[in-house]
Amino acid sequence: MSDTVNETPAQVDLSRPTGKRQMVDNLIRGLVWIAAAVAIVPLFWILGTVVAKGAPLLFTAEPDYTRICAVEAKAPTKEFLDYKRVAASECDKDDTDNAKNIWLSGGKYPGVNEFVAYRPVTPLTKDPNAAASGGGIVIKGREPQAQKQSVVGIPSSDKAGTVRTASADWWTKDQSATDLREVGGGALHSIIGTLELGLITSLIAVPLGILGAIYLVEYARGKGFSKVVSFMVDILTGVPSIVAALFIYAVAITILGGTRSTMASALALVLLMLPTVLRSTEEMLKLVPDSLREASYALGVPKWKTIMNVVLPTARKGILTGIVLGMARVMGETAPLIILLNYGPRLEWNPTSNNMGSLPTQIMGATEVAANYPGAERGWGAALTLILIVMGLNLIARTVGRSKKSR
Amino acid sequence: MTNTEPKTTEAPIDVPAGADTDPTVSPVSEKAAGGSAVATATETTPPLRVTKVAMREPSKAPDKIFSGATLATGIFLVALIGAIFLFLLLTAVGPLSRNEVNFLTSTEWTVTDKRLAFGIAGMLWTTVVSSIIAMCLAVPVAIGVALLITHYSTPAIGRTVGFLVDLLAAVPSVVYGMWGVRVFAPVIQPFSDAVAGSWLGKIPLLAPGLQSSGTVFAAALVLAIMILPIVTALSRDVFEQTPRDHIEAAWALGATKWEMIKTAVLPYGRSGVIAASMLGLGRALGETIAVMLILSTVRKFDWSIFSGGETFASKIATNAGELDSPTKTGAYIAAGLVLFLLTFAVNAIARVVAAGGKAKA
Repeated sequence: MSDTVNETPAQVDLSRPTGKRQMVDNLIRGLVWIAAAVAIVPLFWILGTVVAKGAPLLFTAEPDYTRICAVEAKAPTKEFLDYKRVAASECDKDDTDNAKNIWLSGGKYPGVNEFVAYRPVTPLTKDPNAAASGGGIVIKGREPQAQKQSVVGIPSSDKAGTVRTASADWWTKDQSATDLREVGGGALHSIIGTLELGLITSLIAVPLGILGAIYLVEYARGKGFSKVVSFMVDILTGVPSIVAALFIYAVAITILGGTRSTMASALALVLLMLPTVLRSTEEMLKLVPDSLREASYALGVPKWKTIMNVVLPTARKGILTGIVLGMARVMGETAPLIILLNYGPRLEWNPTSNNMGSLPTQIMGATEVAANYPGAERGWGAALTLILIVMGLNLIARTVGRSKKSR
Repeated sequence: MTNTEPKTTEAPIDVPAGADTDPTVSPVSEKAAGGSAVATATETTPPLRVTKVAMREPSKAPDKIFSGATLATGIFLVALIGAIFLFLLLTAVGPLSRNEVNFLTSTEWTVTDKRLAFGIAGMLWTTVVSSIIAMCLAVPVAIGVALLITHYSTPAIGRTVGFLVDLLAAVPSVVYGMWGVRVFAPVIQPFSDAVAGSWLGKIPLLAPGLQSSGTVFAAALVLAIMILPIVTALSRDVFEQTPRDHIEAAWALGATKWEMIKTAVLPYGRSGVIAASMLGLGRALGETIAVMLILSTVRKFDWSIFSGGETFASKIATNAGELDSPTKTGAYIAAGLVLFLLTFAVNAIARVVAAGGKAKA
């Protein structure tokens, strides 16, 4: 292999690497592509799940579920567990060990994997409900314990409405008339709540951020105090959202005696949005060439007018990108909402009220019930709505940022 | 807009009567105007006095207000951080002094009127273990993806992959939590059970713990997915800045692609990648919602990663409804302070490492 290099003084092997070196190279190449796959698969998994489960809710009305109440007819074995239908009042009682709510709907029933068959069982009582349903329900599961824990549903002939009709209820109604176990209503209160929170937060954080960045770049560049301010902003960037929420709680509620409200959580969100806006504005202002400023000063324009009319407009697009990205980040934050705001199912415009719906807290409420309750499904719809808003803002930021380069 | 009197900077010039005075020099002193007006009327007129007017100097007031406002914002920011630390400390110091067990080593957490005994050892373990597992899983994948984007793929594919990985960062953490608890953790469960049930389960760290799927391991996996975009983006930036000379020198010496990366790209980017990992670790430490939704709480502290637990953030968030009395609030805030210090230390290390790397380059 090294015949060709025998004449040259340097003993460098310039031939193609073979054997072990090539193998290692190919191995690493394969690993790198596998790494990319490992990184991208979760994205599609998450987005796929959210879209599949949530998209129907955004555009169609939930099908009419029939809720029946059933009780175990036969103790679970490894394979089957028999349920028998009983009167609906049984399930409203407190001891839920006996009677369970079971959801019936025609056709596809979301979130149920353990369903197997609908096998008629001789009714043990003269309960008219049992007779009407035609018998019992059989559940097949992994283990008896898992069977008992799952709330199941079956396709049945007495279904009502499998076809989902197009409806804009999601965007126009709130949840004041429904609870987690019922169908109906929409997410208007959450959407308005999230948007209002984002707006109030931006109204406070953006001026503060821009002023701070102007201070760092225009007035204090190089001075010692600017290093202190910069360091503090770095710390603020690293503050976890829960700590920021605790701080606002400690100040506004424990010490000053206020109450939970949208304003309080907006203040906590300001702490989270401020560093993003400030840093990106600072970077953009630094990019404005000094010659522009000097030309303005030479014309006798005072410093503040220079900043307002020359520097800021030049950096406008980048600043806007930073603001939009900060808003996107803040709208997805949940921790301050848990600590400083109570979830309310009613549409509420007043930012000082105690209860306000928001998309993240609606999602959290959805995780507290079993997976196939309508409330839980609405959580997926809320997740999709939130993702649409956040990703929409991200895309806006990208487009704005890109158009800047084309100028 | 200016409202100052014109300042005369020079002594009035005596202009011979009758001379043409420039009407745009304004305002000419009354005497001069009167002089020129009557110049033609009289034989002997006093010399015209034309005052030279400087350009109007704008008022300094708006400038002072503006610079004062920006300075106030700067001071406000500094005061804010100090205030955060101070208020948290003040609220926490009371319950801390009345704590009946050692704050740092106890795993008990009883915050009632009868007994005030709270210790963070359990939360510390769960937080640190889940975050470190997340970091160890995410960093190699992130380095691989960053290498792919910068060196191993065409620019078009690289841009697409980079965009998709950035999309991961746009997913809100509450959606990660819901997806994790409903979809992901049950899928991981058989794998966890298999490991815990095998001979590996003899190690306390890997012992079987929970019946349900809300294990520390599942939470750590979701955390790894969440911090992946941050580490990837920063590593990508660092790898892109590798000096072209080093790369070409490696090519010239006959290196394979991997050897080139091993000798030219990775050493140059090492400090940047470490800084990025630290930042990812900091994010994982402070993650609240995803962990809270996925992890099952357990009554008794367990070392195993296949058991449940609580991190600082998840415990505070779970008990958000109990913050009604200053004592209880103080106990949770004490935990929050430890979290704050932890993330601050990690971020500081990241900054130092990144600065050291830049200084070397």
